[in-house]
Amino acid sequence: MQPLRVHKGLVAPLNRSNVDTDQIIPKQFLKRIERTGYGDFLFYDWRLCADGSPDPGFVLNSPRYKGASILVAGRNFGCGSSREHAAWALSDFGFRVVIAPSFADIFLSNCSKNGMLTVVLPEDSVAHLLQNAEAKQNYELTVDVEKATVSDAFGFAAAFPIDPFKQYCLLNGLDDIGLTLRHQDDIARFEIARPSWLSGVGGS
Amino acid sequence: MPNPKTLFEKIWEQHLVRQAEGEPALLYIDLHLVHEVTSPQAFEGLRINGRKVRRPDLTVATVDHNVPTTAADRFDIKDLVAARQVEALRTNCAENNIRLFDIGSVEQGIVHVIGPELGLTRPGMTIVCGDSHTSTHGAFGALAFGIGTSEVEHVLATQCLLQQMPKTMRVEVSGKLPEGVTAKDLALGIIGRIGTDGGTGYVIEYAGEAIRALSMESRMTLCNMSIESGARAGMVAPDETAFRYLEGRRFAPKGAEWDAALAHWKSLATDPGAAYDRVVEIDAALLTPYVTWGTNPGMVAPITGSVPDPANATSDAESVSIRRALEYMDLRPGTQLADVAVDRVFIGSCTNARIEDLRAAARVLRGHHVHPKVRVMVVPGSQTVKAAAEQEGLDRIFKDAGAEWRESGCSMCLGMNPDTLSPGERCASTSNRNFEGRQGRGGRTHLVSPSMAAAAAVMGHFTDVRSWDYKD
Repeated sequence: MQPLRVHKGLVAPLNRSNVDTDQIIPKQFLKRIERTGYGDFLFYDWRLCADGSPDPGFVLNSPRYKGASILVAGRNFGCGSSREHAAWALSDFGFRVVIAPSFADIFLSNCSKNGMLTVVLPEDSVAHLLQNAEAKQNYELTVDVEKATVSDAFGFAAAFPIDPFKQYCLLNGLDDIGLTLRHQDDIARFEIARPSWLSGVGGS
Repeated sequence: MPNPKTLFEKIWEQHLVRQAEGEPALLYIDLHLVHEVTSPQAFEGLRINGRKVRRPDLTVATVDHNVPTTAADRFDIKDLVAARQVEALRTNCAENNIRLFDIGSVEQGIVHVIGPELGLTRPGMTIVCGDSHTSTHGAFGALAFGIGTSEVEHVLATQCLLQQMPKTMRVEVSGKLPEGVTAKDLALGIIGRIGTDGGTGYVIEYAGEAIRALSMESRMTLCNMSIESGARAGMVAPDETAFRYLEGRRFAPKGAEWDAALAHWKSLATDPGAAYDRVVEIDAALLTPYVTWGTNPGMVAPITGSVPDPANATSDAESVSIRRALEYMDLRPGTQLADVAVDRVFIGSCTNARIEDLRAAARVLRGHHVHPKVRVMVVPGSQTVKAAAEQEGLDRIFKDAGAEWRESGCSMCLGMNPDTLSPGERCASTSNRNFEGRQGRGGRTHLVSPSMAAAAAVMGHFTDVRSWDYKD
């Protein structure tokens, strides 16, 4: 996983609440068995008209947001299905940071496993960022993972809450399976104490 | 009682492998359910890193999302990308010694339907699956939640999961559900009340007189929809109803093991005086059959109600959301929900495709015929449910009424297989999500209970099933 320390990037505004993972990546693209290559399918039904042509009304099709790496959206972003493909698609499209007033739990976890930062800011701060991204050309934000702050060149600065473990993994680009495997002895001890009626159910 | 604990807190503590300052808890996972869609990249990750599945004996797989629901297509998936995904699961299970209930198995079905019916799902367990509707298994007093593919890989490799401790919410449902009002309506009523993110960060425990009276099938429907309020999991304390359901099932403990397990299960219920972070009280007597009108499950109204007017919204953001939803759903403010006509009816999914759901739908359809303009698909949740329904003659009732009786799978809940809506089609669906395009691009989904779906199939529009003319 690529470490994320300080990121400065162009901001794209997606002024919608309850953006569900079915919108972020529709089901027909979940049949692939690869982990990459989902960028072209991001917001597929919103980005492309039924005939396959780009919908000029959708924000990510606007030339001024081309190359955006920070997405700002409304509350409850990433609700619905657990599909990690949603995080993969955002990442493959070029996003490293998503800012919203709130996120769905599973989506949050999926982002952190892929080196993507989710930033929770109050509704009025998010409204301010959405407005700036719409009003100002080439509007950029700087996100500092270590300091847990977001700022722009026009005087906006805000701190955001971040779980220390998630922060540690992002800063160091760590794979948490490797971290857990360091505790194999604890796991083995726990397993010995499990009651027998919880024993195997599977195995072919 | 000193230090009273909730059901959730007991299970959490019993599964703590490790808790270090400043780190998430390391929780042991008792049962890992796997399906074809969210697992291939996890197995690939293991292969790349030279890691093994730690406990194949605690891992069970089935195929459900991609499976065609017609007997003719079942063994010959035409969509080559889907076929490759199913084949990948077969290979991964064979290579890692994981039990797979494959297409053709008499026990194949939707992962959240077969877990309980095989007796894999039991009280007090931690259960995960790469699927948000894993919350279903909480009906048994298990801590069950959906995870992403990276976490699937983590569980395969370590049989553990790193988790931040969620908050607890008690949803207390007093009184009795009125006739014609089902667990689905209760779920929709709760989501309508707390919102699609009202449960975010919480594990919900459903309690109270109305919950105790629910069958296991109904509790599964209720817990299944917990994720639609954003909750990590939903749970019901295990009781005699749960124990009776479990006894004798294929993987349930037997003999002395059953007695030991039962003693443990009886100790799990929340202690008197235990505290929750939030309590929501619902009066069951005030609930009605519900129909969703919008593009998330919180956009819901009683069948006696009408489509809302964005002008009456409490905020600008809500007004924008309603307007956008009505545009997608092609509905006008003020339209009575009972006047909304449907093209399709889908009876199925991990929410409502168990035997009790099929009985409820069949009871409405018996002696009636499906409206000539409506196409109805009935998709049992598992091959076991299908066989049970056929044993009872429910398949005849469906077929006589003009509905399609199909093979088991996730089907048109999300339309990964060939079962989809065409653009503009309007569907009364017993599934769990009415998101834009969920059942097919441009499709319009209204979530309802099985009996409400069956009644809409006959009338050609939504109708209040509380005044149905049953031909029992």
